[in-house]
Amino acid sequence: MAEQPILLEAKNIIKDYGSGPVLNEVSLQIHKGEVIVLIGPSGCGKSTFLRCMNGLESIQSGQILLDGEVITEGKTDWPKVRQKIGMVFQNYELFPHMSVIDNIVLGPVKVQGRDKKEVIKEAEKLLERVGLLEKKDAFPRQLSGGQKQRVAIVRALILKPEILLFDEVTAALDPEMVREVLDVILELASEEYTMLIVTHEMQFARAVADKIVFIDGGKIVESGEPEKFFTQPETDRARRFLNTFIYAK
Amino acid sequence: MDTEFIVEYIPHYVEAAKLTFRIGLIGIVLSLIVGLVIAFIQYFKIPVLKQIASAYIELSRNTPLLVQLFFLYFGLPKAGICISSEGCAIIGLCFLGGSYMAEAFRSGIESVEKGQEESALALGFKKRQVVGYIILPQALSVSIPALCANMIFLIKETSVFSVVALADLMYVAKDLIGLYYKTDEALLMLVVSYLIILLPISIVAAVLERRLRYAGFGN
Amino acid sequence: MQDLGIRVLFMGNNFARLMEGLWITIRISLIAVALSIVFGILLGMLMTVKNPIIRALTKVYLEFIRIMPQLVLLFLVYFGLTKSFGINLSGEVSAVIVFTLWGTGEMGDLVRGALISIPKHQYESGEAIGLSKWQVYYHIIIPQILTRLVPLAINLTTRMIKTTSLVALIGVVEVLKVAQQIIEANRYTVPDSALWIYGTIFFLYFIACWPISLVAKRLEKRWKTA
Repeated sequence: MAEQPILLEAKNIIKDYGSGPVLNEVSLQIHKGEVIVLIGPSGCGKSTFLRCMNGLESIQSGQILLDGEVITEGKTDWPKVRQKIGMVFQNYELFPHMSVIDNIVLGPVKVQGRDKKEVIKEAEKLLERVGLLEKKDAFPRQLSGGQKQRVAIVRALILKPEILLFDEVTAALDPEMVREVLDVILELASEEYTMLIVTHEMQFARAVADKIVFIDGGKIVESGEPEKFFTQPETDRARRFLNTFIYAK
Repeated sequence: MDTEFIVEYIPHYVEAAKLTFRIGLIGIVLSLIVGLVIAFIQYFKIPVLKQIASAYIELSRNTPLLVQLFFLYFGLPKAGICISSEGCAIIGLCFLGGSYMAEAFRSGIESVEKGQEESALALGFKKRQVVGYIILPQALSVSIPALCANMIFLIKETSVFSVVALADLMYVAKDLIGLYYKTDEALLMLVVSYLIILLPISIVAAVLERRLRYAGFGN
Repeated sequence: MQDLGIRVLFMGNNFARLMEGLWITIRISLIAVALSIVFGILLGMLMTVKNPIIRALTKVYLEFIRIMPQLVLLFLVYFGLTKSFGINLSGEVSAVIVFTLWGTGEMGDLVRGALISIPKHQYESGEAIGLSKWQVYYHIIIPQILTRLVPLAINLTTRMIKTTSLVALIGVVEVLKVAQQIIEANRYTVPDSALWIYGTIFFLYFIACWPISLVAKRLEKRWKTA
């Protein structure tokens, strides 16, 4: 894995909303084909970090590099950058006034100027893969949360991004629907997709990650292989965090 | 009730109603354009224009059309600006309606969740594409009841146009009362005329509102 | 002395007369608003009654009042009542009647909206913690209704003040009529007085309504987040 080139890199990022840094000198390298899972307590800055990576949040200091090029200085063509960095949100954010297929097709057609017929064909193929082909003409409000999230993943995938960001994509789901979404992500991981995932599902993090990054208080406290992190965390803070997931009388 | 009188003067009311309708329509279309432009100025937070827009909204919403018309029609000529009766009526209606329409559009735009804009940006849309494909279609469906209510409001407001010497429905009614003292007949025809103009619009608006409220997208 | 026409404002007691005229408008509005609030609350409660006849009647009333331009309503009362029933009403009394009828309709609809917007579980949870029915109303329901209603009622006041400008058209000597008199009297000495006088009235209305609108907006915002 280490032989692969670096796809996305954060260098000493500082993010401050005005009341102290939310991210304090965070650096991270994501290699091609790598799956990195960010974990940490609520409000630790992991979602903010994700949103900085595609420019939804501006940073006060530091650099972000995509394919070796700095994207946080000068006049960045964010629409172009964001086609390479796909993102899936906690609340799905499907467009409620469009059918499933229109939700998926709008980006490739309007943003990338691709042929609509060809895109529809591809969209149907992807929908079939996530088991939702028969829902292609449904509207978002007719879908369950899990179905919506799978459509949202397809909507991001069809732009053929180099890397996918997942922002707590199962946090708003009913428990019985979490699995169907995580299965899709696991499958993507097995196909060597590059992904940066924020999640609270520890079992899933362990199964999908090549590397776990533990963030607390706006800093990366510890990072490493999932097996090692979950069985023998190096820092006290990580150990305490992991303990909150264990129930005992 | 003098039915002969009524039949004789129906054409007067028809003419007056046409005038009301025509000016109302022009005023409404212009108001919609002004309202949309202002909503955009506010959405994109364009400096300077934004402040002008909010000053305009406050001025327009806190002064009566009648006073605006007096100023336009009797005041401005003294400063060398002469505008025809119809011109004053249209400008007045548009000045008044623009702010109401802007507020309707704005509340529609505000009702679209923030995440919608973000997710569209994350898909690589340009800001104006986000507005065109994602925000406006959703905002409009929310705004429609308020826009309809504003249209009815503006048509009602046309009833003061007689002060700028336009022969509208009120003008005709007042004329008939003054000339022939046929108060009952004149007033009856006045009420019926406004009902004929406004009732259908009001019913369509109510139906639209119910549809939008209960169905949402996908039905 | 052919300088600015604005001096006409300060000649004699012209400005005071304009303010008096404005006060007549505002007085009519305030009386109508006060009456509208009282009758509006009654109407609003009537409108939530299950009886279909009462519902239909109130609905027809509301729709008629809302669909007719206020000026038409003024004509109906001012000219119509006089002619048909021989009741001779002054312009001012007609105006109070019309704006009260109109305000009652608007207020009634607001009250109805506020009443039905309180979810049922608010009553239930109030009773669940052992409050009596009266206590539930006093501590839980009425405060919630008021926070919804007060900004809207204040807004109605500004609408009322603006609408009251119409009484000039049925001969009440309010601010616009006073303006016409002043302009007429100074036709030869200050030929451009119309510009200044009507401009002044425009801003007088603005100064009367704007603060009220601001208060309504502020209250609405504060109580929405609370």
